[in-house]
Amino acid sequence: MVAAPLTSVPAGSTAGAAAAAWLADLAGAPLPSRRQEDWRFTDLSPLLAIPTGIAAPSGGLPADPWRALSLPAGVERLDAQQAERALGTSLTACAAADHWPVRLNAGAAPATLVLRVDGDGGSLELPLAAPEGDGLVAWRLLLLLEPGARLELLQVPHAAPGHRQLLSLVTEVVLAEDARLNLGCLALGRDDCCLLNHLAVRQAPGSELLATTVSTGWSLARHEPRVLQEQGAARTRLRGLQRVEGRQLADTHSCVRFEGPEGELDQLHKAVAGGAGRSVFNGAVQVPRAAQRTNAAQMSRNLLLSDRARIDTKPELEIVADDVKCAHGATVSQLQREELFYLRSRGIDAGTAARLLQRAFCEEVLRELPSTARRHDPITALLGDV
Amino acid sequence: MIRPDAPTLLEIRDLRASVEDQPILKGVSLTIRAGEIHAVMGRNGSGKSTLSKVLAGHPAYTVTGGSVLYRGENLLELDPEQRARIGLFLGFQYPVEIPGVSNLEFLRVATNARRAERGEEELDTFAFEDLVRERLAVVQMDPAFLERSVNEGFSGGEKKRNEILQMALLEPVVAILDETDSGLDIDALRIVAGGVNQLAGPDNATLLITHYQRLLDLITPDHVHVMAAGRILRSGGKELALELERSGYDWVDQELARLGGEPERQPVEVA
Repeated sequence: MVAAPLTSVPAGSTAGAAAAAWLADLAGAPLPSRRQEDWRFTDLSPLLAIPTGIAAPSGGLPADPWRALSLPAGVERLDAQQAERALGTSLTACAAADHWPVRLNAGAAPATLVLRVDGDGGSLELPLAAPEGDGLVAWRLLLLLEPGARLELLQVPHAAPGHRQLLSLVTEVVLAEDARLNLGCLALGRDDCCLLNHLAVRQAPGSELLATTVSTGWSLARHEPRVLQEQGAARTRLRGLQRVEGRQLADTHSCVRFEGPEGELDQLHKAVAGGAGRSVFNGAVQVPRAAQRTNAAQMSRNLLLSDRARIDTKPELEIVADDVKCAHGATVSQLQREELFYLRSRGIDAGTAARLLQRAFCEEVLRELPSTARRHDPITALLGDV
Repeated sequence: MIRPDAPTLLEIRDLRASVEDQPILKGVSLTIRAGEIHAVMGRNGSGKSTLSKVLAGHPAYTVTGGSVLYRGENLLELDPEQRARIGLFLGFQYPVEIPGVSNLEFLRVATNARRAERGEEELDTFAFEDLVRERLAVVQMDPAFLERSVNEGFSGGEKKRNEILQMALLEPVVAILDETDSGLDIDALRIVAGGVNQLAGPDNATLLITHYQRLLDLITPDHVHVMAAGRILRSGGKELALELERSGYDWVDQELARLGGEPERQPVEVA
């Protein structure tokens, strides 16, 4: 098929037009344009700078990236046939199956991993190391947590060194009654790589989700956590931290929907924007009439380190039920002068003082990542040595 | 302790400073020698807190005239951090809360910055913990405060004790304590004053900035200065503080009128 004309492609850029056509062909739909509300602040042209084609070592098909993965007791890997009934249900429930990044992932024949957890699955780190080669790398995960099951899982998507890549990650989660999942995504990127990260979660009553996403360094990163509390009465905690420098762009579009009463949401999104970087946050919270006594709180906190950086943050609350608590807020600030002076008056140089304050800002989210994240030293990746 | 032969540590000459183009200091002169304790007293708006912030290098204040020599070196051309490293300390009237920065780490980074300047080796976390636990005794502080964020959720008294703890670790040559007594109950005041007395010695000096006599019942000053309308109106010994306690500050207006100076203005809050 032929891609529709794109506002984001520089005129006369044939390589860009070819890349757009290739991506549109794979997804079966043209790239989103900034005329669409969901993509208004997000210029997708960095995607077009990635070489076309599926990244694979020396032209061959990538092998199963998880063949050597050792699973803790309580966690088993299902094959595609066993998982067929569950695959795609979270995406459909979250109205994301037709969403462009999800379509792109499906069109790229992603490496697929389905894990079923019964009982206490413990803690697991899931390496998502891209194979060598320029181009697109796609992974698809499905986590099925049986009633009362528990799991702590850290995803670490990682581009192959020296290769320009677009990483596409789609994660589906089904949490049965009283299941508890602590899901972390530590996405430490590179300036010549992009990341499209989609998460779709179905939560049954009594279940608890903590989903933390930390990203830095990507030319373009888009995070799309979507959660559906199918009958309410579940707990959802979302945490996000994104840092941009140079001309990077990081965008989080989250959506939490309550289809029954007494659901809880506690969401904190943070961004640090330096250079000419751009950070976007859009947090949708949907509380239809059936979702009485919902208790939702959303906060967006942003640190602006440069007068060329830009932050766009927007809550998007759709509340129909009348007996609910829905709090939201957003702050954009620079480093506080009095805090900086206090540190400097104790002999701490201005640069170190600024990094200490930035680190404190980031720690609030970093400490929510699964504990294994520490060994990746995320704070150094985010801010450099302090 | 006054020794005429003691070296001069801080020499302030006709210091003038403004904030947001409004002149606050209008010619302050003050000489502080090793071993001395000075008290600067005055009403709100007299410029005494401004003096402390200008000496520490707060970026909101602009020096418009005069000079400050610290052990013979031009203090005013140094960054705030450099002033701290060579031994100038400001105890804040309102210590700043810094959520997310651990008090222990803050104290260690600050202590090591001062040690590096003095040519001493930096302390690792273990060596520093030993040192800080020893110095906690100076202000009878609970070690649990080390684990918390800098000043976050501390009571007024706890914040001031944390200031004196920093002073005990940094071992300043000239310590300026800006209204360290404000907001303290009598027990906290005794602890803080006891800490200051322990740290005062023949080779350093202390400049107390205060509104009230009560701190001076516990820390005996060698010199007392009364500030008004941005300058020092009168200097004397400790008996001057007692006289102020009896007669209040009413005479200040008469004296200012006699000098033909401008009346005092309300203080400018610098956020």
